[in-house]
Amino acid sequence: MTARRAPAAYWTGFAVVLVLLALAPLVLPEFWRRFVTEILIWGLLAMSSDILIGYTGMVSFGHSVFFGLGMYGAAAALLSVKPPNLWLALLYGLVAAAAVAAFVAYFATRLRDIYFAITTLVFSQIFYVIIFTWTEFTGGENGLTFAQPPLSIPGLWAGRFTPETLHWFVLAVVTISYLLLRRITQSPFGMVLQSIRENEPRTRAIGYAVERYKIVAVMLSGLFAGLAGILYAVQNKFAAPDFVFFLVSGEVVIFNVMGGMGTLVGPVAGAAFFLLLREGVSRYFTEYYLIPVGIIFTAMVIFMPQGLLGFAKRRLNE
Amino acid sequence: MDPAQLAAGALAVAIPVDQILIQTVNGLVNGMILALVASGLTLIFGIMDVVNFAHGDLVMLGGFTGAVTIAATGNFWLALLVASLVIAVFGAALQATTLRPLLGRDPLTTILATFGMSLVLQKYAIWQWGPSARKIQEPLTGQFQLFYLEYPWYRILTAVLSAAIIGSFWLFLRYGKYGVWIRATTQDRIMASAMGIPVPWVHTGVFAIGAGMAAASGVLFGPLGGVTQNMGLDFTLRAFIVVVVGGMGNLGGSIFASIFISLLEAYASLIVSPAQAVIVSFVVLILTLLFRPTGLFVPTPK
Repeated sequence: MTARRAPAAYWTGFAVVLVLLALAPLVLPEFWRRFVTEILIWGLLAMSSDILIGYTGMVSFGHSVFFGLGMYGAAAALLSVKPPNLWLALLYGLVAAAAVAAFVAYFATRLRDIYFAITTLVFSQIFYVIIFTWTEFTGGENGLTFAQPPLSIPGLWAGRFTPETLHWFVLAVVTISYLLLRRITQSPFGMVLQSIRENEPRTRAIGYAVERYKIVAVMLSGLFAGLAGILYAVQNKFAAPDFVFFLVSGEVVIFNVMGGMGTLVGPVAGAAFFLLLREGVSRYFTEYYLIPVGIIFTAMVIFMPQGLLGFAKRRLNE
Repeated sequence: MDPAQLAAGALAVAIPVDQILIQTVNGLVNGMILALVASGLTLIFGIMDVVNFAHGDLVMLGGFTGAVTIAATGNFWLALLVASLVIAVFGAALQATTLRPLLGRDPLTTILATFGMSLVLQKYAIWQWGPSARKIQEPLTGQFQLFYLEYPWYRILTAVLSAAIIGSFWLFLRYGKYGVWIRATTQDRIMASAMGIPVPWVHTGVFAIGAGMAAASGVLFGPLGGVTQNMGLDFTLRAFIVVVVGGMGNLGGSIFASIFISLLEAYASLIVSPAQAVIVSFVVLILTLLFRPTGLFVPTPK
């Protein structure tokens, strides 16, 4: 917070990465272009969960719910309103994710540590069962498919999504979200969250309403996870119950651990690392890629709890 | 008539008593198997603050080991024994390699480590035994008349066996030398260590016992529901719910809670489909968390 020299280095790095990511779709072949866009979306989901895991010290095993509700919310907007509208999809998705996040937050934040993790997991299973069995409304096992909405920014741009514009749109949303999340973690509110992580009883003793802060943290986190879900829905033109399933939540936790909790950028790097690892390992292990990846993950938990970017934690938070 | 109308009609004229009694028996049987899984989980939590995410996968591995042994020898009892022992040893090895280094770190890291284990075990099972379900042949094929149903004796046997395993384990905790070690370590790790109890080995031993009990329930459950690669998560979740409802680390509480929740699910399945009856246990969990966050079956918290 005090050093004035570091932020300059930080912002330079930030600009370089941003420019590289913006140029990526122009130089990369089709497969890798899509890959980078996906990394950004999963990275946003991972960042959203970092607010809880890294900054507040609560491990959420239920982020798939927020992500999935974002998807289904977007699907509802795109299927019910003609012509399909991107901004309406964003609105519906965010409202759906926020509603679920409020519900989960209210119950789950009454518990700490492991109990919180289990409760979020159980909630994600509840919503999975509901979405899976409520076939008339959610399409059940098959999910919902819909047309991609056009990209229309009033007064600026109107047209269909191309792979490039989709990538830039996702990049813009993820960058704005990152800056917002970074600002939030550095705000007095974010400081309270970090003090909850460090010492909850003391934070309470100082006079902060810890429960309220936790509820807001879970809701914020859910909101950004829902945003990631909306982006994924727009990219892939479907919403499926698989994405509400607990496995997605598990992957989000893996992203965080691999990349480095409490850095915001780390989880994005973790998502990239995981997806690349999966891509590489799948060549040899096909669908059993989780065997080596799981072993690497467990080893990282034991030997490298800071993750890939943990060494830069101080700098990234300056 | 469509099922919704049927269900509504059944509710209106009240569900026949014999159906309720049959579901009571079902609930008790399922509850005892679940109690066998949950008691291992709660014990492991109580003694080392480890939430074992891979517990359900140990059930699954036990089921497969049992199925393989039966295929080789044709003897159910041998399979039960072999599966429990093999998985107990395997559990000890897992604990020694992945959990022991985490001792003294944030309990949350153990969730992550066991979660990683769970992923590996699940995929390993598919790799080793293929994606299709295995059925274990029950050792007892007789049936008896329960109202209008031919009720298999085997189901009763599983409940009795589970109760016997839990009961003998309880006696061991109460009177056995090593049982005293376990209880002492649960109460106060540092003091126990000062008294010369080899705490790290007690941890490994407890993990092995928990794993063995999980494996036994996997074999016992085999003839009822078959052994599948993804049964682990279901067992883990249900055991978690039971353990939280019963009060974390409380053996008696989780046994009561297993039976309580299984009974509720059995009754619920009279009205809704079994897939939806699962939600009942979720609701019980939420209500418990709201009103008695320390568990339903523990003395009023201070």
